[in-house]
Amino acid sequence: MPAVIRIEGLTKRFGDVIALDAVSLDVAENEFLALLGPSGCGKTTLLRAIAGLETPDAGQILIDAVNQNGRAPYQRPVNMMFQSYALFPHMTVADNVAFGLRQDGLKGAALTDRVREALARVEMEALGTRKPQQLSGGQKQRVALARCLAKRPRALLLDEPLAALDKHLRERTQLELMTLREKLGIAFIVVTHDQDEAMGMATRVAVMDRGRILQTGAPRDLYDRPLNRAVAGFFGHMNIWDGAVTGTDSVACAAGTVRVADPLPREGAMVAVAVRPEQITLRGPENDVGSNQITGVIAEVVYGGTVSTYFVRHGEHRLRVVRQNGAGAAFRRGDTVTASWPAAAVRVLAP
Amino acid sequence: MRRIPWLGLALAAGLAFLYVPLAAVIVYSFNASRLVTVWTGFSTAWYGELLNDRQIMAAANTSLVVGVLSATLAVIVGAAAGYCLARFGAFRARWLFATATIAPLVVPEVITGLSLLLLFVAAESAVPFLPGRGLATIVIAHASFSMATVALIVRARLAGMDREIEDAASDLGARPFTVFFRITLPMMAPALAAGWLLAFVLSLDDVVIASFVAGPQSTTLPMVIYSSIRLGVSPKINALAALLVAATALLLGCAALAGRNRLSGRR
Amino acid sequence: MSAARFRKTLLAVPWVWAALLFFLPLAIVVKISLAETAVGVPPYTALIDHGALRATLANYRDVFADSFYAGAYVSSVKIAGLATILAVLAGYPMAYAIARAPERRRGLLLLLVTLPFWTSLLIRIYAWIGLLRPGGVINAVLESVGLIDTPLQMINTTAAVCFGMVYAYLPFMVLPLYARLERLDPALVEAAGDLGATPWRAFLSVTLPLSLPGVMAGALLVFIPCVGEFVIPDLLGGPDTVMIGKVLWSEFFSSRDWPLSAALTVVMMAVLVIPVLAVQRTLGEEP
Repeated sequence: MPAVIRIEGLTKRFGDVIALDAVSLDVAENEFLALLGPSGCGKTTLLRAIAGLETPDAGQILIDAVNQNGRAPYQRPVNMMFQSYALFPHMTVADNVAFGLRQDGLKGAALTDRVREALARVEMEALGTRKPQQLSGGQKQRVALARCLAKRPRALLLDEPLAALDKHLRERTQLELMTLREKLGIAFIVVTHDQDEAMGMATRVAVMDRGRILQTGAPRDLYDRPLNRAVAGFFGHMNIWDGAVTGTDSVACAAGTVRVADPLPREGAMVAVAVRPEQITLRGPENDVGSNQITGVIAEVVYGGTVSTYFVRHGEHRLRVVRQNGAGAAFRRGDTVTASWPAAAVRVLAP
Repeated sequence: MRRIPWLGLALAAGLAFLYVPLAAVIVYSFNASRLVTVWTGFSTAWYGELLNDRQIMAAANTSLVVGVLSATLAVIVGAAAGYCLARFGAFRARWLFATATIAPLVVPEVITGLSLLLLFVAAESAVPFLPGRGLATIVIAHASFSMATVALIVRARLAGMDREIEDAASDLGARPFTVFFRITLPMMAPALAAGWLLAFVLSLDDVVIASFVAGPQSTTLPMVIYSSIRLGVSPKINALAALLVAATALLLGCAALAGRNRLSGRR
Repeated sequence: MSAARFRKTLLAVPWVWAALLFFLPLAIVVKISLAETAVGVPPYTALIDHGALRATLANYRDVFADSFYAGAYVSSVKIAGLATILAVLAGYPMAYAIARAPERRRGLLLLLVTLPFWTSLLIRIYAWIGLLRPGGVINAVLESVGLIDTPLQMINTTAAVCFGMVYAYLPFMVLPLYARLERLDPALVEAAGDLGATPWRAFLSVTLPLSLPGVMAGALLVFIPCVGEFVIPDLLGGPDTVMIGKVLWSEFFSSRDWPLSAALTVVMMAVLVIPVLAVQRTLGEEP
């Protein structure tokens, strides 16, 4: 699929802080891309740079293969939905939506038609005469969305679109955004700090930290195959051990010998191996010391409804294990258990 | 929180300190006697005499004209200065800009008056055909310091205003001038109104600067009041003071009401 | 129009204004302070006469050598300082009381404090003259009650000037103080009480230190205009009340000594430069 937005070596500094460090990224015509990362990782700066609201120090942004360097925000064919929604408080809902169209020189019936169409798309056509102050949070969000969509942008940029909504509304809006994008067939780029949100909505996620993109991929790939500790840590929990490669398929670490199905670097190289807590099984203590298993004492059990989390003390490490409740024998605090995992569940991370 | 009785007392005493003198002036403006302190009966005679005083009425007219013109000028320059300070970040010689903008507010009136008079005198001798000192010089002098108040109010308002709103306008295709006139300016309107009102009141209040820069033909109301106060307390001035207090209260009442309506419409 | 041109246009307005009405007048004042008095219009000598520079520091020598002028600066600072202290003492309890009043009443109380400020200063000072003068309201009341036989001399004294200054500038003290006290988390005082501090102790070691920036801001806003004040010392002061604003006024209007007045102005600016810069920091650059 052709890239609607292409970002090449984009760098932006604020004084001593480097907000974007040579970021390169392609956004396809029809994808829902999430920029995910902790606050201050540069994700909002990247979004604002695409909109033209930040001027990069180096690198370029191409939209439909046209270099956008030196083009002002009002000259770019993308629109942004701001975190605060940024509705104009002194204009009605309809005037807010019409504002962008008026800048394109639209007048009369053509203008009213486009405004009505945009408001209808978010089911707000009845509230066109209201002022933003008279709207609920969810309604404001819809107006902000309609205001962007009315311009028929090549891509829609959304800065933390769900952050200001309460939990119940957030889930509904998430689904609506996904359907809307499929209907419109344009690229959505959403900035979020919430991994559940990113994984739930996006077709592709770019994980950012300290101005760099650490990894991009489908949500499932990022969860199953993180490339490094930061990405692994961002999606749920992982048990991680540092170790050294001892053979074509084995790593020596604090958990003993760990057999790995994934390809490994040459012997002697330092790596980290990681296992998801839900891929570990617990059983009664066994004496034979094999690979991919450890024996230890349960230090803590945290009950959590459908699943429980067990912390198994093993030397200086605490192994985190998640088990379905009611599946197999229940273990208690103080029990000695053997924990094991298949070689296919082991991920190799950059140290 | 626990109540502290003497605190309320201190507040009441402070407010009494502020209001009793004004109340006394208003009461005595209705005194029939020419002797200012002896109460001889209720009368509105002094108001009649005041309204028939040509000199005072002419001065009041001058002051209103000066007030309106200087407040308008102050709002234009002050809004631009306040906007630059709030929105342009670090620009060249920003500290000098900020000093020149804010300092007139705190420079003593005698200094402002003297230095502006010297400027006007120099301008008259340097530029031929320049009209002499008069209304225009008072207007400029008043705007030169009330502009600082407007700038402060505008900057405070802009600092409290979500910047994303202006970004959004730009993102939706509006050019900088459109953003300024269609978005920023309307949102600054309450600050501009407050600034205008304050500039107007400051102009109506000033006697020192006007005394320096006024020409022989232009006398403002405070200048007339000042010279008659120097001659002593007079019932006519009592009436004038009462009228001014009432006008101020009315004006502020309207402003407060308008502000409240805006607020109740907002939430 | 591009963003850069927009910026330039908007910046140009205040810059040109400041150049013409702030920097140029100051430069002219400095220039005239270096000239000599002359008979004529304007009543001073030109700085450059027939190609020769004629600057003199004689006016500054007069300002510093004549104990009258030096004394006027000192007494201005003293009177303004005293008025500032009185304004803190009067304004602090008021600001504190408003900050601790129920929230719905705070707006009204603040309005009551600021309302007099919107009325002409001249009128307010005039109101005090009506109360204080011999034969004024206060003397009349005291006499009729029999507390005094002869009218008290309250007006035309330095005390009256201080009093008038506190009266005129009290809102400037209360507002910044209130802003500071209102933002103070009441839980801090409650925590101090919970840890065993008496209300006074809690006030002295928690509230007061945390409100000091407000006190400073208010004090500067009262002190600076008071130092150069003309109207209040002129109308309420006596013959022994010497303040620099009044001296400058009479040098200029009565003696028509423009160069000396200009020199007095330059020195007054120098006296005020530190407090003005301090205000600049709090008002000017705080976001």
